[in-house]
Amino acid sequence: MPPTESDEVGPGGVGGRPSSESTDTEPESPTPKDSGDDAVPKGEGVSTEKGDAAAAPLPRGEAPGIRFEKVIKRFGHNVVLRELDFTVGPGERVTLIGPSGSGKTTILRLLMTLEKLDEGLIWIGDETLWHMERGGKRVPANQKHLHEMRKQVGMVFQQFNLFPNMNVLRNLTEGPVRVLGLSRDEAVERAKGLLDLVGLGDKIDSHPSQLSGGQQQRVAIARALAMQPRVLLLDEVTSALDPELVVGVQDLLRDIARQSDLTLLCVTHEMTFAKDISDRVLMFDGGQIVEEGPPDQIFGEPSEQRTRDFLQAVLAS
Amino acid sequence: MADVLDSYNQWLDGAWLTIQLTIFGGAVALVLALVFGLAGTSRHAWVRVLNRVYVEFFRGNATLVLLYWFFYALPLVGLRFTTMFAAILALGLNVGAYGAEVVRGSINAVPKAQFEATVALNFTPYQRMRRVLLPQGFALMLPPFGNLIIELMKGTAIVSLVGLVDLTRVSKNIQGSTGETVAAFTVVLVLYFVIAQVLQLFVRYAERRVDRMLGRRMPTEPSLGTIAAGAPGAGVGG
Ligand SMILES: Nc1ncnc2c1ncn2[C@@H]1O[C@H](COP(=O)(O)OP(=O)(O)OP(=O)(O)O)[C@@H](O)[C@H]1O
Ligand SMILES: [Mg+2]
Repeated sequence: MPPTESDEVGPGGVGGRPSSESTDTEPESPTPKDSGDDAVPKGEGVSTEKGDAAAAPLPRGEAPGIRFEKVIKRFGHNVVLRELDFTVGPGERVTLIGPSGSGKTTILRLLMTLEKLDEGLIWIGDETLWHMERGGKRVPANQKHLHEMRKQVGMVFQQFNLFPNMNVLRNLTEGPVRVLGLSRDEAVERAKGLLDLVGLGDKIDSHPSQLSGGQQQRVAIARALAMQPRVLLLDEVTSALDPELVVGVQDLLRDIARQSDLTLLCVTHEMTFAKDISDRVLMFDGGQIVEEGPPDQIFGEPSEQRTRDFLQAVLAS
Repeated sequence: MADVLDSYNQWLDGAWLTIQLTIFGGAVALVLALVFGLAGTSRHAWVRVLNRVYVEFFRGNATLVLLYWFFYALPLVGLRFTTMFAAILALGLNVGAYGAEVVRGSINAVPKAQFEATVALNFTPYQRMRRVLLPQGFALMLPPFGNLIIELMKGTAIVSLVGLVDLTRVSKNIQGSTGETVAAFTVVLVLYFVIAQVLQLFVRYAERRVDRMLGRRMPTEPSLGTIAAGAPGAGVGG
């Protein structure tokens, strides 16, 4: 594999994708990707009311879909996902809801390769995440395959997980420089754009420990976006925040969701936020999907008793 | 007492040898600790076995016996070292085994969430270690490293048994030549103590630097006085 090169996303490259994304994946081309040509005009729509969006490289363009095929995940004897099937369309924004322990986090962690898949297939675009082709056969993925596949996926954690041994700027540039191969100047430019986007342009030299929880989570969001993922995973990203900080981060994520073409998988207990951000809601229980539909339907007139019980319990809390 | 202090040249030479053994032995120990400690965190079982073998063997043997091996036994099978080199090797191998456990334990003690963040950013295994786990683990290693370097410094006293003239040997020589037993052994006591305090000062300084890197301290240069007073708190949480 050639090292990543990202000339197309220069400092001003509004929403272009690193050209490497197309070269790297050419052999087994996961998603239909025409060229960078149509990414650029789309990118013009990225301007935001936060201003100064010229340098904010929100991912635009071909996002891959996701498909779980008879996915089984066990922890010891505890079968968490039982032959789970579901599909998320390219660029679709989906919220996962369900009782505690139903496996929502596990689904996101499988997609981020933080948990190993036991059985079944997970597709990202036209490629399987945990398997690769070898001599016409499907074999377990090696590190290199996982590394290639992870380029498309980003994740924001409940507890932010910023690197305490780096300041805010380095948290944002370390990945782009070391993993994507950007020059330091390009990475700094991108980081500044993203920090402006999340409203923390003045915190660039701060240390994570000097930031509030809400600010740390904004930095973590910017850090994930700096890698220009096409699939973004959000696992209860506001549930570790003080109540007064929740809305700000949710507003930010809603803006990002609307202005980008990311495929979004979001786990949240906040129903208003879920309505705002998602095209579709999946209700999980017992390792299976109980019900799915547009947010209005699931939250308004759920057809399953288990969904009604769950929503009641969430509202009560 | 005056006789004892008159031989300050001998004292200085002895102290210098002790310091040299400490520095070179410490350097060997540090390298071995990092190499075998990192091996202990490997995904591959056979690499971890290397760590176990090294740690158990060299931690479980008396440094003096190792020294006797390098000094008396190995030359018989054709492996010859200078006495100084044999001493550095014996000290480094022994303390390195303890250090390897410190390195392994510290890296494993870095919160799992940090590792997961490096995976989410698609770092390679080397980058995960080099950019995140090792720097954060280093903060946890420093206090035990401080203990080990002082242990090593005191352990250098064994070289007097293979003919090297270190601080301990000098004190014995001077006690013999002047007959001032109390004075001679008091001076050597003080000298070891002073060397240990200087080593401790270096470790404290390093702790300060690391604390600053982790954002646990204001970005100002600490004064010597505050370094010597020690740093409050520890851990990577900050
Ligand atoms: N590392 C692990 N080892 C063992 N069991 C685990 C592990 N991670 C998750 N589980 C189990 O898997 C099940 C699903 O956990 P998961 O975290 O995916 O649930 P969740 O839907 O995210 O719940 P919550 O709403 O509380 O976050 C739980 O029963 C949990 O105990
Ligand atoms: Mg969860």
